[in-house]
Amino acid sequence: MPTLTIDGVAYPAEPQKNLLQVSLSHGLDLPYFCWHPALGSVGACRQCAVRQYRDENDSRGQIVMACMVPATPGTRIAIEDEEARLFRKSVIEWLMTNHPHDCPVCDEGGECHLQDMTVMTGHCTRRHRFPKRTFTNQYLGPFINHEMNRCIQCYRCVRFYRDYAGGRDLDAFASRNHVYFGRSEDGALENEFSGNLIEVCPTGVFTDRTLKNHYTRKWDLQSAPSICPHCSLGCNTLVGARYGGVRRVLNRYHHHINGYFLCDRGRFAYEFANLPIRLRHPVLPRPAAAKDGAGRPPTAAEAIAAIRTRLRRSRGLIGIGSPRASLESNYALRRLVGPDRYFSGLPQGESRLIAVALDILRDSPARSPSLREIAEADAVLVLGEDLTQTAPRMALAVRQSILQAPAARVAALNFPGWMAHAFQNAVQDDRGPLFIASVDATRLDDAATAVLHAPPADLARFGFAVAHAIDPEAPPVPDLDPETADLANRAAEALLAADRPLVLSGTSLHHEALLGAAANCGWALCRRGRPAGLGLVVPEANTFGAGLLGGRPLREAYELVESHQADTAVILENDLYRRSHGTDVDRFFDRLETTIVLDAVQTATTARADILLPAAPASESQGTFISQEGRAQRFFPVLPPTDPVAESWRWLGHLHPDEARALRSQEAMLIAIAAEFPFLAGAREAAPSATFRLNGAAVPRSSRRFSGRTAIHAHLSVHEPKPPEDSEAPLTFSMEGTTTAPPAALVTHYWAPGWNSVQALNKFQDEVGGPNRGGDPGIRLIEPRNVPRAYHNAIPPAFNSREGLCTLVPLHHSFGSEELSRLAPAIAKRTPPAAFSLSPADARERGLGEGDTLSIRIYGRPVRLPVRIHPQLPRGCVGFPAGWPDLAGIHLPTEGHFE
Amino acid sequence: MLSPAEQAALDAELPHYPARRALCIEALKIVQHHRGWISDEALRDVALALGMTPHEVDSVATFYNLLYRRPVGRHVLHLCDSVSCWVMGCDGICDHFRNRLGISFGETTPDGRFTLLPIPCLGDCDHAPSLMAGNRIHGNLTPEKLDRLLDELD
Ligand code: SF4
Ligand code: SF4
Ligand code: FES
Repeated sequence: MPTLTIDGVAYPAEPQKNLLQVSLSHGLDLPYFCWHPALGSVGACRQCAVRQYRDENDSRGQIVMACMVPATPGTRIAIEDEEARLFRKSVIEWLMTNHPHDCPVCDEGGECHLQDMTVMTGHCTRRHRFPKRTFTNQYLGPFINHEMNRCIQCYRCVRFYRDYAGGRDLDAFASRNHVYFGRSEDGALENEFSGNLIEVCPTGVFTDRTLKNHYTRKWDLQSAPSICPHCSLGCNTLVGARYGGVRRVLNRYHHHINGYFLCDRGRFAYEFANLPIRLRHPVLPRPAAAKDGAGRPPTAAEAIAAIRTRLRRSRGLIGIGSPRASLESNYALRRLVGPDRYFSGLPQGESRLIAVALDILRDSPARSPSLREIAEADAVLVLGEDLTQTAPRMALAVRQSILQAPAARVAALNFPGWMAHAFQNAVQDDRGPLFIASVDATRLDDAATAVLHAPPADLARFGFAVAHAIDPEAPPVPDLDPETADLANRAAEALLAADRPLVLSGTSLHHEALLGAAANCGWALCRRGRPAGLGLVVPEANTFGAGLLGGRPLREAYELVESHQADTAVILENDLYRRSHGTDVDRFFDRLETTIVLDAVQTATTARADILLPAAPASESQGTFISQEGRAQRFFPVLPPTDPVAESWRWLGHLHPDEARALRSQEAMLIAIAAEFPFLAGAREAAPSATFRLNGAAVPRSSRRFSGRTAIHAHLSVHEPKPPEDSEAPLTFSMEGTTTAPPAALVTHYWAPGWNSVQALNKFQDEVGGPNRGGDPGIRLIEPRNVPRAYHNAIPPAFNSREGLCTLVPLHHSFGSEELSRLAPAIAKRTPPAAFSLSPADARERGLGEGDTLSIRIYGRPVRLPVRIHPQLPRGCVGFPAGWPDLAGIHLPTEGHFE
Repeated sequence: MLSPAEQAALDAELPHYPARRALCIEALKIVQHHRGWISDEALRDVALALGMTPHEVDSVATFYNLLYRRPVGRHVLHLCDSVSCWVMGCDGICDHFRNRLGISFGETTPDGRFTLLPIPCLGDCDHAPSLMAGNRIHGNLTPEKLDRLLDELD
């Protein structure tokens, strides 16, 4: 095995990597700032200096930056070289000439890479006698706090924000020791991934503004591994809490999904769980408190007793599940009411879409890709989905994919891809094939080879045409205009020429033909022998989980109640007013004898409940979500839900009339699920079970430095309470537990001696930037199968706009379309006001300008909203804000009448 | 919006560059030539003309010390404060500015006639101390020589 030598010790040579990465991967402490595993090397900070020797006989060597030197066989370096050590120390000393001495009041303090590296190099005495330069900070919006004095000019922020995430409103200004990182003028950072600056910046320049509202030091946070509940991608998160509330969300590294980065929705939406609209107690029709004092809220036992009485009296019980509730909770409901009386909680159209999407992915020859595979695809077709708004992190992955083909084209130049500047120079403006077909302009269009903006039906036709161009056996599209046909041919050619072609679509336009078209493209590629990926975005965190349990559509629940076959409904974490038209839902509730609702927050539906049970949100729950990739992943509570709040599955378990059949633990739920749905059996393995122990101990949620255990409760009692027990998870609600690094599914903190910042993650990976040690969590339940599948052939006719009518298209927004995140104050600040989006042609024809009020009759009811003119929107389509409560319950496709 | 004259000057440069945004420095020089300095509005105009964001243009504009992001006087005097000029007494010249015009580095006389800016090296070390006014270098500066120069500039 070819080797290289570091401080006299031989290690395997890894010519594809640099010496810094290799040293860190072997656990050697070499300080660095500007290098980032996802951003590559630029050699800017001069911190990773080592001495490199030419060969065995060279005793003088020279100082080099480890991050800029490939770890080729025979390389000999010394980290412990005296001059290199002094060099590194003096770099820190020089950075410190201007760095403020404000760690005690800095939000980064205690988890700061600069602190760690300063200690690591041994710099501790200031010799510089002159004043420090100071800057004016900027207002950067509700997510990010700016404190420029702390900057050490590593350029990581702009490299992430501009080069990686495609943002164009953050930049470096001025020169010398006045280099400034910010915007040209104050204002919210526009990029949907700005929150990653918090983790990318090695100092306290960019910190979490929402955390500032309820600040807690890292070591004082109780943290737990969770799954982001705000879209279908299932990004892994670390949720931190203290004083009974969630404090912040950090990225939890998953090699195949989110990698190092989250989207802003996922990072800043957590605050909804701290709001007064949270449900904290059961609500019963008659206050149970009559006996012992007025106003006491009912206990859990009283609520359960009351519900059981109702259930016994009921002449027909139905359960309405939810794609935002866990697999366990949906299953518990299904078990309570029986499979025939379990409803998916989705309207007919959407239910069908999800079923179609699942059908396409299961038994599909094309693979449902992970985000990592998306980033590594070398030709991508996006069909109908505005990814930045519906599955943000996927858009970031697609943005990386466009460098794959150029990378292959410069491979002959024979330099490693991690040489970031060399790579940029080599590829220049070359970008890989990315074809985007969407209704309106998307935030990824700037990265696209070509875009098509057309009504949903025409997008589907385009997709079918691509499939036909790939494989002539796929059905042809009649009467396709030559321009679209030409684009379809180009896309097909690019996909066929690629090594890792990929087709992405989704359900956000509620247009079934798009799914068929995407499937045809994926399958056609497979038939032509290409290893194609086929990814479908669905609306919610557990859409697939709920879908796989196979509930009936909502409409049938309404009919059952209408025909007096049911008089009692249990509604699980679902606001029906977001699903169906208000008058239908009103009628449904009016007809019901008893409405029992479980939810974490107040909604229009909880307002109609006779009995309300406070459900725990994801941050206080244990459960399983199944992502759009088809991956089952476990989330754990960061806080024990305060009695009587409980996970929905727990409530529903208690409601089961037959004690013998009642399931009391999550484990029991998963076993029962596996028995009934063999293809979901893997969900049990998504994370270690409750009995898992490391060296005989469970994993602590609190750090070893957790302070103030008694002080937290001092206003109640000075005696330290017994920590709550967790019978469901191999985690403790305390600082006691194993000191060994746990498997990735159970990681509660990234910390290692000398490594207090998020960069401690290095110590949890097989190799820095590689998979989590011991494997990445979650179980893929959907794998490709080489079965011949018949092509979809329901090709819609071309779109035709009709006088006085418009086709309503849902326009999604990262900040506002998802139900729970839009409640969070920081997200709400970034939510645009509701508007109808019009094409310039439609606006002109009606004499409407930006901001004028437009009235459109939808289902016979006029809806009035201000107009926004979208230059790219096709004529005859009117965009409405998807997920805005005042426009909920529109079943698509629907036409509106201009008034 | 760029003025017709600015646009014409920009269009004349266009063929010399492979990409529009490569014109950024040139465009800023053109705008500064016509407007005296680069205002926020000028940034936006250049950004629009080149398909860049104001942030990107500002990043370039703030990097170069001969591009002015604040209003300057009719004459911008760049006094070298680098090593040779410092050894040869640029501090004294600086004092003279303060005594005679009441301005230090970064300041403009109230009548809008002069702005004094430091510049790290004019490549005129053999005539230190040295300053640049407009396109001309004035070396071997003494207070007397500076007085004469200031009198000449209207
Ligand atoms: S702001 Fe942070 S990330 Fe950006 S250059 Fe400064 S220290 Fe580095
Ligand atoms: S992309 Fe989706 S799952 Fe990932 S952080 Fe954002 S909202 Fe959460
Ligand atoms: S990490 Fe190597 S120079 Fe910055």
